Amino acid sequence: MRRIGPLLLLPDPNPSGWWAVCVSLLALVGACTAAGGVFWAYGVSPLVAYRVIAEGTFLDSRALPEVVRRTIPLLLVGTGLVLAFRAQFWNIGAEGQLLSGAVAATGVALFSPLPSGLLVPAMLAAGFVLGALWAALPAFLRLRWGAHEVLTTLLLNYVAAYGVEWLVHGPWKGPSMMGFAYTDLFPEAAWLPVLAGTRVHWPTLTLGIGFAVFGSVLLYRTVLGFEIRMQGENPEAARYAGISPAKTVLAAALLSGGAAGLAGVGEAAGIHHRLLSPGQVSMGYGYAGIVVAWLARGNPLGAIPSALLLGVVFTSGDVMQVALRMPFRVTDVFNGLILLFLVGSTPLLQTRIRWAPVRSKPAPAPGGEGWTPSSRPS
Amino acid sequence: MRFFSPAAVADRPAPPEAGDAPLLVLRDIVKVFPGVVANDRVTLEVRSGEVHALLGENGAGKTTLVNILYGIYPPDGGEILLRGRPVRIPSPRHAIALGIGMVPQHPQLVRRHTVAENVALGLPGLPFFRPLRALEDRIRELADQYGLGVDPRARVADLSAGEQQRVEILRVLLRGARILVLDEPTSALTPQEARALFRVLRRMREEGCAVILITHKLEEVLEASDRVTVLRRGRVVGTLRTREVEARQLARLMVGREVQFGTARTPRPPGEEVLSLEDVWAPGDGGTPALRGVSFQVRSGEVFGLAGVAGNGQRECVEVCVGLRRGTHGRVRIFGQEVTGRGPRMIHEGGVAHVPEDRIRRGVVGGLSVAENLVLRRYRHPPFARGPFLDRRAIEAFARRLIALYAIDSPGPWVPARILSGGNLQRLILARELHGEVRLIVAVHPTSGLDVAAAQQVRRILLERRDAGAGVLLVSEDLEEILELSDRIGVMFRGRVVGVLPVEEADPERLGLWMMGHGA
Amino acid sequence: MDAVLATFLRALAFGTPLLWAALGEIVAERSGVVNLGVEGMMLLGAFFAFATAQLTGSPFLGLGAAGLAGTLAALVHALVCVRLRANQYVSGLALGMVGAGIAGLLGRGWEGTPLGKALPELSGITLSGLVLSGLVWGFLYHTRWGIALRSVGESPAAADAQGVSVPLVRSLAVGFGGFTAGIAGGFLSVAYRPSWTEGMTAGMGWIAIAITVFSGWDPLRAVAGSLLFGTLFHLSFRLQGVVAPELLKMAPYLGTILALTLTTARRGSRIQEVPEALGVPYVRGER
Repeated sequence: MRRIGPLLLLPDPNPSGWWAVCVSLLALVGACTAAGGVFWAYGVSPLVAYRVIAEGTFLDSRALPEVVRRTIPLLLVGTGLVLAFRAQFWNIGAEGQLLSGAVAATGVALFSPLPSGLLVPAMLAAGFVLGALWAALPAFLRLRWGAHEVLTTLLLNYVAAYGVEWLVHGPWKGPSMMGFAYTDLFPEAAWLPVLAGTRVHWPTLTLGIGFAVFGSVLLYRTVLGFEIRMQGENPEAARYAGISPAKTVLAAALLSGGAAGLAGVGEAAGIHHRLLSPGQVSMGYGYAGIVVAWLARGNPLGAIPSALLLGVVFTSGDVMQVALRMPFRVTDVFNGLILLFLVGSTPLLQTRIRWAPVRSKPAPAPGGEGWTPSSRPS
Repeated sequence: MRFFSPAAVADRPAPPEAGDAPLLVLRDIVKVFPGVVANDRVTLEVRSGEVHALLGENGAGKTTLVNILYGIYPPDGGEILLRGRPVRIPSPRHAIALGIGMVPQHPQLVRRHTVAENVALGLPGLPFFRPLRALEDRIRELADQYGLGVDPRARVADLSAGEQQRVEILRVLLRGARILVLDEPTSALTPQEARALFRVLRRMREEGCAVILITHKLEEVLEASDRVTVLRRGRVVGTLRTREVEARQLARLMVGREVQFGTARTPRPPGEEVLSLEDVWAPGDGGTPALRGVSFQVRSGEVFGLAGVAGNGQRECVEVCVGLRRGTHGRVRIFGQEVTGRGPRMIHEGGVAHVPEDRIRRGVVGGLSVAENLVLRRYRHPPFARGPFLDRRAIEAFARRLIALYAIDSPGPWVPARILSGGNLQRLILARELHGEVRLIVAVHPTSGLDVAAAQQVRRILLERRDAGAGVLLVSEDLEEILELSDRIGVMFRGRVVGVLPVEEADPERLGLWMMGHGA
Repeated sequence: MDAVLATFLRALAFGTPLLWAALGEIVAERSGVVNLGVEGMMLLGAFFAFATAQLTGSPFLGLGAAGLAGTLAALVHALVCVRLRANQYVSGLALGMVGAGIAGLLGRGWEGTPLGKALPELSGITLSGLVLSGLVWGFLYHTRWGIALRSVGESPAAADAQGVSVPLVRSLAVGFGGFTAGIAGGFLSVAYRPSWTEGMTAGMGWIAIAITVFSGWDPLRAVAGSLLFGTLFHLSFRLQGVVAPELLKMAPYLGTILALTLTTARRGSRIQEVPEALGVPYVRGER
């Protein structure tokens, strides 16, 4: 309990929903302010920058489809990571799992003998599976040998990126691409359908929203979700209750990896229609997904508005690139600052602030009032 | 049960008379935490050359008062006077500078470091480079002077609880403390080690130090202190000279009403075997064997108390019994059936309840709701689960029933469990574990940290279950509790059960020796 | 024999940034704070070193700027983790993203131009790195402050009870970690490959963190670890004619994963040398 002037700060282990939203908003404002500082260092006035962003994103109705298109992979990755983090499986490898999904989609699109009608479902299935497997490896290393997944998932990102580079420079290099390091374009049947006039590939969008709902139902209404929450909150107590960490960790890895894989299919088959260099495919969605998951504060449905917000951030990057000639990298700065301010605001989340100005000499409460025997310190 | 001979009281020299100015005064101390007044105008006066006991049950406010003295947090009201002058103590560093030393209940040592490294931590006056060389000699000097034998090069993790406590005391003395505070110092000691400690305290008295002894054990007060201040529910209810007072008076002051000593335990003829361990070996967390051939049996209708100093394999033994640890050798049988290799879930469903030590870390999942914690052992079965889905209504109904039945003081079934107090958490755990047909109860330190009322309730529940025919394996560091509740007692030392006695033949002396590894 | 010596020297060169970054992370983690933003801080250092060196003509000033940049970034991490007691892992990650982003942003336009005045590849930085590891070892195990720092990482409550200021020790340790990460990045852009390219650290920061783990948080063993990975990097470069370059580039990362797994497997699922309080924010006895 601390006192700052007339405000009393009390620890509150059970903060209300609306306080969480307030604190998150405060964090976002903080992040935007700090980002403004970075713009200024780059030589762009923050006010100009934000005006450009506002005009290019939410004030422009034509920008909405672009925001949604950016939201799709963020939603998939973000929801998957919400589940993973709930199980205390720190999956930092969504970037690599996304690439795995893209690779799977490319493989199916270009090299599989399936009839055209089955291409899209096959791509989605293959993408989910390959993404899930890419996450399953670190999970296995942790379960069997205790290797911490933060480093292993992350290092696999680099492996996946080099793998994609190898494929597009080597065996999968498109002969029709005139020396560029791309694969051939996918056949038409392997293109994900989009909403008319936009780049919104709706099958993956639907999957994303569905996955968020599925995640919510899983966590709060199923046995597996209960075990995931238990394992995430207190692994010791979960062990004492007989929960096998293998089940929950593996579930978390497979679901988050598979979701990221689906996002990769979306990018490869919905936007680019081929496999490109890794940076152009994944664009940092894997890391931004961490921000989405954190902002969602552990609730899969919360990933929907979070992903939209980060979609705005990514679109701002496009807008600023065009209007102010700032490199797309600026989105990394935004993402990082938002995450930093969110993380830094967590202690504020668990504090209740009361207005309690000090009177001249506080008379101590006579013993017994407003106090129950059950809440005594020792 | 008397641990210490009453004759020792007569041998003690008279304490300093009134008229000696007190060395330390805490006057009208007030400390309020959210929802509770921990200290309500508490006044404590300590003189030099005296051992002053601070007596009260769990939750009375003793630790709060002493934390204020040591600078852990500031008082909300009142003042502290040292040698007549008011002082402010904003942090432990200031307390140390003022000559106040704290020996905490659980040693706050860096286990991986050596004794010398621990003593060197934060010690002023040491050279910057190679600070340990000169220090090791000084440690040996002091150890001899006060009778605190310990090897400065030893790793703390390898020391016994008694030896670790000596390190804490040495550390405090090396900083020139003239006021020593000892928080429940004998909680982890055998009777022999406790007596050694009191000899050290007497040396300190003779040197003119002031010792504040925090305890909830009446025997200790009578044996070791010159004066005693009794706290109840945050207030001082009396300050007396020890030689003018007796146990019953103190108990009444401490609790506020007449206390029944001992619980009514009627002897019962024991039934068939419910738990049996035969030459069980099991690895510890570090790889070396924690259990080296443990053998004992628990029968239905009896309480088997497993005594021993912490760290001799009790935890691993319990884990083997409930399926959390695999033995490498030997046999474990529950209700006559061999259970080696079965997981905790299967064992629990066979009728075994487990009340774990450290209820906050192992017993409940703090972030989940009370209701979810109550179904922690049975959520996979109908009516709580239908296929892969949970039935929240069934869970809520069950939770409400248990909350009422076990009088769990909770604002509702869906609040996070972490907001419950220690006593209510324990009731939650008991409700969860004991509900249904339970024939074997494994209870580990079930009353630690609970106030007298809650602790009595827990003991009563265990005895009721025993009377109803269950077998109880009680693991506790509190020898008094074991002697009070058990029908038979076994002592663990270095991974073996070194002796088993019926309680009628058990006395604390003998058990204490076994706990140290002598005899048996 | 010449080839072996050449390989050894190149391994030293490659290993220098790894060693510097790892030493700083060892000190930070020994005090109980994980800093996952090392990669971003290295990038920050690399950029500021290059830009300052290019602008002032002095590579040493560039290095100084690099160290400063890394330290400042790390102090933000310390503020968030130690003062505000937030989740250390995510804070580090976030700062890494910010650092990489700022370096990439401000670095636009500096790309491709070679540095006017550069330091030789095997410069004093490499030697200083080796000396530094000895200094860190001596500091940790044979000085009063070293005992305090290690105690803060093992049991902050014990250190606090003895009057050691846990926030101060942790902030200084983390700051030192940022300083060395900055220097490591600066080495890359001012001596090793005197230029600036976006992402030029290529994951070295992560490997440095891995070295911290499997060297058992010991500064002397970190030298061996850095040399090992320096060799691995160098070999992957040398074999490019034989095997596809992209596949070779995977080798160091796969090697790190392998090394990490072997370390934890060999020492049991609880690594014995992990500082006990690593990753846990410290709150003084509050209710």
